Amino acid sequence: MSPAERFASRVADAYAAKQPLRIEGSGSKAFLGHPVDGMPLDTRELSGIVAYEPSELVITACGGTPLLELQQVLDERGQMLPFEPPLFSDQATLGGVLACGLSGPRRPYAGSARDLVLGTRIVNGKGELLRFGGQVMKNVAGYDISRLMIGAHGTLGVIAEASLKVLPRPEIERTLVLDMDASQAIEAMNRWAGQPIPLSAAMHDGDQLYLRLSGYASGVDAAIRRIGGEEFPESDGLWLAVREHQHPFFASRDDATALWRLSVPSTTPSLGLRGSTLIDWGGAQRWLETDLPADTVRAAVAKVGGHATLYWHGPLPASTPVFHPLAPTMERLHQALREAFDPAGILNPGRMTSKP
Amino acid sequence: MTAFHSLLQALQQILSPHQLLHRDEELIPYECDGLSAYREKPMLVALPDRVEQVQAVLRLCAEHQTPVVARGAGTGLSGGALPNREGVLLSLARFNRILDIDPVARIARVQPGVRNLAISEAVAEYGLYYAPDPSSQIACTIGGNVAENSGGVHCLKYGLTVHNVLGVKLLTIDGELLEIGGAALDSAGYDLLALITGSEGMLGVIVEVTVKLLPKPLVTKVLLAAFDDVEAAGKSVSEIIAEGVIPGGLEMMDNMSIRAAEDFVHAGYPTDAAAILLCELDGTDAEVEAQMHIVQAVLKTRGATDVRLAADDAERMRFWSGRKNAFPAVGRISPDYYCMDGTIPRHALPQVLCGIADLSAQYELPVANVFHAGDGNMHPLILYDANIPGELERTEELGGRILELCVEVGGTITGEHGVGMEKIDQMCVQFASAELTQFHAVKAAFDPAGLLNPGKAVPTLHRCAEFGAMHVHHGALPHPELERF
Ligand SMILES: Cc1cc2nc3c(=O)[nH]c(=O)nc-3n(C[C@H](O)[C@H](O)[C@H](O)COP(=O)(O)OP(=O)(O)OC[C@H]3O[C@@H](n4cnc5c(N)ncnc54)[C@H](O)[C@@H]3O)c2cc1C
Repeated sequence: MSPAERFASRVADAYAAKQPLRIEGSGSKAFLGHPVDGMPLDTRELSGIVAYEPSELVITACGGTPLLELQQVLDERGQMLPFEPPLFSDQATLGGVLACGLSGPRRPYAGSARDLVLGTRIVNGKGELLRFGGQVMKNVAGYDISRLMIGAHGTLGVIAEASLKVLPRPEIERTLVLDMDASQAIEAMNRWAGQPIPLSAAMHDGDQLYLRLSGYASGVDAAIRRIGGEEFPESDGLWLAVREHQHPFFASRDDATALWRLSVPSTTPSLGLRGSTLIDWGGAQRWLETDLPADTVRAAVAKVGGHATLYWHGPLPASTPVFHPLAPTMERLHQALREAFDPAGILNPGRMTSKP
Repeated sequence: MTAFHSLLQALQQILSPHQLLHRDEELIPYECDGLSAYREKPMLVALPDRVEQVQAVLRLCAEHQTPVVARGAGTGLSGGALPNREGVLLSLARFNRILDIDPVARIARVQPGVRNLAISEAVAEYGLYYAPDPSSQIACTIGGNVAENSGGVHCLKYGLTVHNVLGVKLLTIDGELLEIGGAALDSAGYDLLALITGSEGMLGVIVEVTVKLLPKPLVTKVLLAAFDDVEAAGKSVSEIIAEGVIPGGLEMMDNMSIRAAEDFVHAGYPTDAAAILLCELDGTDAEVEAQMHIVQAVLKTRGATDVRLAADDAERMRFWSGRKNAFPAVGRISPDYYCMDGTIPRHALPQVLCGIADLSAQYELPVANVFHAGDGNMHPLILYDANIPGELERTEELGGRILELCVEVGGTITGEHGVGMEKIDQMCVQFASAELTQFHAVKAAFDPAGLLNPGKAVPTLHRCAEFGAMHVHHGALPHPELERF
């Protein structure tokens, strides 16, 4: 029996016993979802890089592989994971960031975690080890179950292995900083994204707009001359801090305010919600620190066609759902899909619930 | 009253007479898609032009337990839109309006029957375009593109349909409207958008699509490199990418396709070359120049016999026109051709090309090779004559063998054309029973009665058992007599 088969057989046992499982890697993203009551299933048993061929632009690794290890291997060959996965701990695993569907500042320009996934091996709720997609760039055989796993928080399957598209690291990355308020920044972020320049991140911290440019030195130089502003010296450190929530904006974790992630259309004007906002993803992702009630935040975001995820409860009751409620028809479909993958309801049951 | 008449009468309440076809001669134009070897007449063709009509048609079909096959432009190459004899063919062709263009947010909201190229044309005035560009882009619809997760020559750098669509509105078989995604970059719950993209009309009917638009690159240059050895051309492809260059497009054609294309569109191709590579580089002036140096160095080391840079836009378009017209060009030199769509890891290109050449000799059927080399997506075109008894069967068998070869080297049976009806048996080669069962469970979550496009995309386990048995019977699997790769 291979390690993956052994792992799957444990899920099969749990299925036979109707024993709920709490799927966990390092626990770096444990806060992101409803707590699960179940027997722990540690994904780190399946760890290591399975295949890496730099000229194919593909890396395949087990779900429990530490992201740092993955990044190091890629780094040695001058490549990177284009979606800049947030780690939130140096122990963070690949499976964890994929299951949570998280992506960093480069996301609008280079794609999200799900965009870069080419294939997976998963263990469904019956303990079957299944392979979907593959290691090639294009594959439309069967439904795209690999991408469906991304952001499903383990409720449709455990990610035992994943193949990801990787890209060459840009020759150079530089960041510009421009003084402006939030509405000017939203306008500027969208304007520059509509221009053929090598933009790779755009963020507003409340006072200033930061634009990162990546690519060939000559191309980046030309864009920098065109945009103007000051060059920000600590480019790498800045974007790392934003990605890892170590930027001063995220510093206060107290009982006074909650931290929300708002996913909205990039041109959405400032929502005017009380508190402070950091705008990332060229306007499409807004971090909000506020003492407002959850319903107020969710209603405001829903109105502009977005959704809100609660990262830090702060003053809100612990029962406040992390995820945005789904429309009833959607909720029914989600339930049907869960049953299709996990008929006994043993994979992280309740993890994604949007009910208090 | 027969079931047919009761459904017809009910549909007549919803659709006007010119929106409902049922006479034999009216049905003929719908009997096949781009894979004309497969033909079937539907019971009825519905041509609604309002979402409420589609909703009502679906509800009625669900009530009558009648199969529904959605159809865009019918350019699909895997029989995905092949009608069901006892079903309704639901054409979305009349949904051809662009609903909204937001140049600042760089998105467009369009109806499903809008043609792929029409989107780029409509947004050109803002310096934007819609990136995925299937060679069929003047005809194929965005709804069909989403259903197939179509690609084009610019996928390597700019992604497939799944990377360029932000949202869809989908009607379930019960006529329920689902809004999946939208103008934001992600949505709450599961990533249903990824699931719907490439689902071949099996899960729902797409009635609206929100696409992402990209700024047009400032500079675009195309290199044409000739090789007197196919393998060297294949190796250059891997090497260009290994050098860190992601070309806007990287396409390859073999001698037979070069000659066919040259005869057809006079693209200026070197007809004596064993293979050509077309390499498109885009970006700013400075970026293109930096990449050009690297690519030219690779081509030189790999022994390209001739490297030409398109002098101007006109020549660049000419270079591309040969590639984009490769299928019809091959169509001119053979009574019929059969287009395959396997994808393989790039490093296996030379090996698979040799394997195809061997199989071609063994089956005595010529094969022309055209492909999206940058992403390893091959389109071997098998030349045959359907009027010669048995030749279509031999062609299909050869095609099946080519696909199995692709799976063997770690690839897939379809990169962009979909499984449809055509590759349903090869699905049994690529997937194990538990995986196929999982696909069926997903289908059942959307469409428990199995009324949407029945019999396509995912084979029943029963069918696979029969297919396996058939192959063993003919001694075609596991091919003990043949060299393995
Ligand atoms: C000459 C030629 C070149 C081609 N080149 C390429 C290429 O470069 N890249 C590529 O990827 N493909 C290519 N194709 C294949 C084809 O054009 C694509 O698959 C295209 O996306 C099909 O679009 P369509 O509107 O014609 O869909 P159809 O053929 O009508 O339908 C295709 C599938 O989609 C389903 N469908 C259609 N509309 C909807 C809807 N609104 N809701 C739900 N399901 C729907 C159908 O049921 C069917 O399963 C080529 C085809 C030809 C003939």
